[in-house]
Amino acid sequence: MADPVITSHHAIAPHTEEGATVEMTIDGRAVVAGAGEFLIAAAERAGVFIPRFCYHPRLRSVGMCRMCLVEVSGPRGATLQPACYVAVAEGMEVVTTSDKVKKAQDGVLEMLLVNHPLDCPVCDKGGECPLQDQVLAYGPGESRFLEEKRHWAKPTPISELVLLDRERCIQCGRCVRFANEVAGEAQIDFLGRGDMVEVNVFEGQAFSSYFSGNTVQICPVGALTASPYRFTARPWDLDQVESTCTLCAFGCRAAVQSSANRITRLLGMDSDPVNQSWLCDKGRFASEAVNAENRLTEPLIRRNDILEPASWGEALELVARRLGELRTAKGASAIAVMGGARLSNEDAYAWAKLAKAVIGTDSVDAQMGDGLPAEVVVALPRATIDEACKARCLVVLAGDLREELPVLFLRVRSAAVDDAVPVVELAPQSGSVTGFATASVAYGPGEAAELVRALATGGAVPATVEPAQWSAAAEALHRAGTDGEGIVVILGRPSVAEDGALVADAAAAMAAAWPAARFLLALRRGNVMGAIDMGLAPGLLPGRVSLDDGRSFFEEQWGSVPAGRGRDAAGILEGLADGTMAAVVMVGADPLSDFPDGTLAGDGIAGADFVVAVDGFLSRSAARADVVLPASIVYERSGTTTNIEGRVSRLSQKLVAPGQCWPDWMIASELAARLGGDLGVESMTEIWDEIEKVATSHTGITRAVLESLSARDGIIAPLAASPVTLSRRLSPEPFDPMATPGIESVEAQGAPPRSGGAEPTSGEGAGHTAVSGHGHQAPRPRSLRWPQPVAAPPLPAPDSYSVRLVSGRRLYDDGVLVGATDALAALVAPATVRAHPHDLEKLGVGAGDPVRVRSARGDIVLDAAIDESLPRGVASIDFNLSADGAVGAAALLIDSREAVVDVRLETP
Amino acid sequence: MTVTDAPKIVTSRLGYDDSHTLERYLATGGYEGLRKALSMTPEDVAKEVDAVSLLGRGGAGFPAGRKWSMLRKAPTSYLVVNGDESEPATFKDHLLIERDPHQLVEGVVIACYALQVTTAFIYIRGEFALGLERVTAAVNDAYGHGAIGRDIFGSGFSIDIVVHPGAGAYICGEETALLESLEGKRGFPRIKPPYFPAAIGLYGEPTVVNNVETLSNLPWVLSNGSAAFTALGEGRSTGTRLFALAGHVKNPGVYEVEMVKTTFRDLIYAPVLGGGIPGGRELKAFIPGGASAPWFGPDQVELPLGQDEVGAAGSMLGSGSVVVMDDSTCVVRAAWRITRFFWRESCGQCTPCREGSGWLEKILRRIEDGEGRESDLELLMDISDNLAPGVSWPPQQTTICVLGSSIPSSIASAIRMFRDEFLLHIKDGSCPQGPAPHG
Repeated sequence: MADPVITSHHAIAPHTEEGATVEMTIDGRAVVAGAGEFLIAAAERAGVFIPRFCYHPRLRSVGMCRMCLVEVSGPRGATLQPACYVAVAEGMEVVTTSDKVKKAQDGVLEMLLVNHPLDCPVCDKGGECPLQDQVLAYGPGESRFLEEKRHWAKPTPISELVLLDRERCIQCGRCVRFANEVAGEAQIDFLGRGDMVEVNVFEGQAFSSYFSGNTVQICPVGALTASPYRFTARPWDLDQVESTCTLCAFGCRAAVQSSANRITRLLGMDSDPVNQSWLCDKGRFASEAVNAENRLTEPLIRRNDILEPASWGEALELVARRLGELRTAKGASAIAVMGGARLSNEDAYAWAKLAKAVIGTDSVDAQMGDGLPAEVVVALPRATIDEACKARCLVVLAGDLREELPVLFLRVRSAAVDDAVPVVELAPQSGSVTGFATASVAYGPGEAAELVRALATGGAVPATVEPAQWSAAAEALHRAGTDGEGIVVILGRPSVAEDGALVADAAAAMAAAWPAARFLLALRRGNVMGAIDMGLAPGLLPGRVSLDDGRSFFEEQWGSVPAGRGRDAAGILEGLADGTMAAVVMVGADPLSDFPDGTLAGDGIAGADFVVAVDGFLSRSAARADVVLPASIVYERSGTTTNIEGRVSRLSQKLVAPGQCWPDWMIASELAARLGGDLGVESMTEIWDEIEKVATSHTGITRAVLESLSARDGIIAPLAASPVTLSRRLSPEPFDPMATPGIESVEAQGAPPRSGGAEPTSGEGAGHTAVSGHGHQAPRPRSLRWPQPVAAPPLPAPDSYSVRLVSGRRLYDDGVLVGATDALAALVAPATVRAHPHDLEKLGVGAGDPVRVRSARGDIVLDAAIDESLPRGVASIDFNLSADGAVGAAALLIDSREAVVDVRLETP
Repeated sequence: MTVTDAPKIVTSRLGYDDSHTLERYLATGGYEGLRKALSMTPEDVAKEVDAVSLLGRGGAGFPAGRKWSMLRKAPTSYLVVNGDESEPATFKDHLLIERDPHQLVEGVVIACYALQVTTAFIYIRGEFALGLERVTAAVNDAYGHGAIGRDIFGSGFSIDIVVHPGAGAYICGEETALLESLEGKRGFPRIKPPYFPAAIGLYGEPTVVNNVETLSNLPWVLSNGSAAFTALGEGRSTGTRLFALAGHVKNPGVYEVEMVKTTFRDLIYAPVLGGGIPGGRELKAFIPGGASAPWFGPDQVELPLGQDEVGAAGSMLGSGSVVVMDDSTCVVRAAWRITRFFWRESCGQCTPCREGSGWLEKILRRIEDGEGRESDLELLMDISDNLAPGVSWPPQQTTICVLGSSIPSSIASAIRMFRDEFLLHIKDGSCPQGPAPHG
């Protein structure tokens, strides 16, 4: 399990004692700095900017570019020292403006330009280039270099997304360090010697990282450029807002830049508790999908089996009429709403209120059968990302983190590799965490709970598990504490080919064995956590409240709530298929692509009397709807979103949605009116005010709180007991993530002290808190608490002719946003069936040979791939990938009614 | 002109064709120093070495005993032998590696015993094919002889020695780059602090890095005692030292001479040593300590071969290479040739060295090609100043390691000593010695 841990003795990051300070002088001024801090950072906080290229606060200091040389007093008098590498010390005297310093800075800059092509007019970086800026601010006016510059072929593509121009490179090594230290993928490195040194990929290998865009962002020159952005804009023409990426549920903060109402690029913002300045390539580049030609721009109505353009009035009227008719004919519970994870919190609330209060159905599910039971999601005791990364033992029972929540992977990797947090992985197949996990315990599909119980009780080592891994896991868990006080579990769905209730059962087993353990939910889809918080789940109402607990309160607030618990996604599709349900509204949902059981999804949609799709794209499912309503999507709307830890952060609108797209809440509001109801809200802000008023988990998170500077990183719901101090936002100063690329905005750097000047607001989160300022009302209902009942289906006995299917997910799949992004669509891998070499040998099949995979649901032919890390008796097909003749291959095999999926491998 | 009759300490076996074999080594007192050492306490061995003022023979001249005393106490620590001798005209370790590998191995084991280190790495320049073969054979034979491995000579002390070839990079002779290279990484010198591998070295553990010649002295020191060693030389510069004599001398080669008691004149002109300059030519300049060292002129030829004496005169004994230039030498070409070496061998890590070396090389070549301008001299000195502020000796540095700050040595020497010759190139538009071979 040995990861190539960085043993570099280059720059051990300074060890800062919490709170300890030293007194020193910088240019004669007395400065108090944090003990152990790097001089360059201390000076910057004191208002002295020391020029730099290679220094990056999120990377190890290497002192390579020598731009930050300053005079530092020492035993041998003042000497030139790199400020990025020297730690502050008591009594240190630093001079940053002497002739000697100036000479050194001039010298370094002149030398950096010796071989730099100065092709700024055609360079993407021109206008936001640290080299340009610092040459202007510090360098000599003219170069004395007369000779021929170094030449390289340029640019050379090093991946589908990144191009390399070695002539522009100033060898700062930021990209090299990012790839090696942060991503753990040393795919780009220095080659050669002297001034012919270059950064490059290794011969015959591509820069195949999910994080390659970060190297483009932190490159201080135009040496690394991103193919989607290249030559599309000049930075000074770009307008930007600060927002949150919702392509997965991790909640990376990003600067969204646009020009002429088109997204040009995303840059990671440095949100310390979340993404720490990084983005994954999907989040960064799939934003391009917003600009796609195939966006829905007008409502469509199916006439003679063809979707034809219609007016909003026509379309809404038809939807309201048909839903009304079907409600009358078959009851409110025959109507279902699927989806909501694409929406903002406000949109989700509006749809939840429409479904539960106006239509009257509880068959509402934001999850596509690929998540966890909603009660488990809201009730499990939670950990933040930071808490997970500081756990005494971090248990990962989830899908492959790098594939599902890529920046969470970076955080977990850093915790394990840099901070030695023990990671215990429980997984049906190896993945990105395996390499640095303290222990990696393989479980057979469906057997996670059984394995956890054995692990917690010191039971026998299961046959599938290597004894060394088992004992390492047991030891790491034991060291964390007997009641589980140091344990944090990252809980998700390792495989969509096993019932989610089985994973919930494993969570229940962990919560029982380690009562003090906490959970970070690795549900990956956009705002799935917010949608559940807003009540887009069967049996739940806004505020993580059960239908029964919240009934009286919400009857008062909303007028009515559904009589009984509705169905989840699987139940809805079964109901539609067997005729017990009649209509479904898919709000940003594509069950044909996303629901694990593709057959059931197809039968459900086919069996429905009436299907409505509210979406940005004509997804596979939307294409089969009776009415399609075009909605605004990411970066076209404001509001809030909620990440996996329950952090509510703001979305900012950057674009005007194309054509006639409407915000989702407005569609809900219009439908409500046409169904004879009234959502009672006129704007996003009003919706938030109502959420704060009625959702127990969101008590106290007022708009004033959300808009305060202290909420730049978002606010975790429920509010902690500690008060949030408000201060005014320092608008309209534009922030500039390129100033120190990927690092704090000017807005944050220029922030006044956070104390003082505002009223503290706090909430007792999950408790009974009266709604303040709204007169006397029924007390708010309690949010659900653990434990919750979990109904795990029994596992069928394996039959000796079958293998058990595992289906994990890939970052780049057949999803609609990836498909609409040219740069990423090419990176989607074809579906293959992976198995242990012995299982393939039995068939006489080698790598690349076709194999027929047959389940009770269907059979498909896929190319075989050898995976020695899989246990025997297991086959793995990644979800939502296709092969020739098998669109969404895995979904054609999975039967969601079964606890696990057994398949037979045959020669075709 | 005198050449002292000091004993040969490290080159005593070179008269034998089979000096590299275990048989010859044993027949000539081999491994007796180790046996002696093993009969003493490790502390006493270290004291003995500290007492002889064994100045490091690799270049920096740091006393071996003091370096050893700085080794941080830790459960794991290492000894690393720097055999990456790569500087132009430096070839004295090469000789010891090829011709007396057991002497080196014995020195390594003695050092390990004194330091109580159980793993040593011998890092040898990749181009030394024969040397690698012989050191590897010596290590294997020494295992067989019981001089390495478990329970050495029944003493209960055990060590392992790993022989590691370099891959042909001068920079890997810089001790921290060498450690990076040993760890399997690119040979980038480490940034300081930590200043000494003795605190944080190989794999982050305390490490002593010693030169081949330095360690090769140990068997003799142990066998003959510290007094015999300190009786040779003078002041801090005790014992003998190897000098690789190159350039315009009748007898280029490696000579072991007594320190301080021998002068540069002795080395260059004594019939049993350099034998003088051929063709009746005059001495124009010489480099006293390798390509990194500032040059000396004929008036400094009487300086004794002592570390402090040469240091006080503004240069160093450095890597033990003495390059003699007679009056037919084009100093521009000489400075260009040396600079070209540093440019090719700069690791490229930090800006002043990476870019400055190439820039300096291009200007020097331009002058040598007759395309120079008078302002180039000032420019050369100013670029040099940006690598080594003040262009003085010992140099200050703007770079991570001393490779960068060494580049100006030859350039500044050539310009300061022979400004007129540069101006002649510029005025005439050609080299007085004819076109330079650029290979």
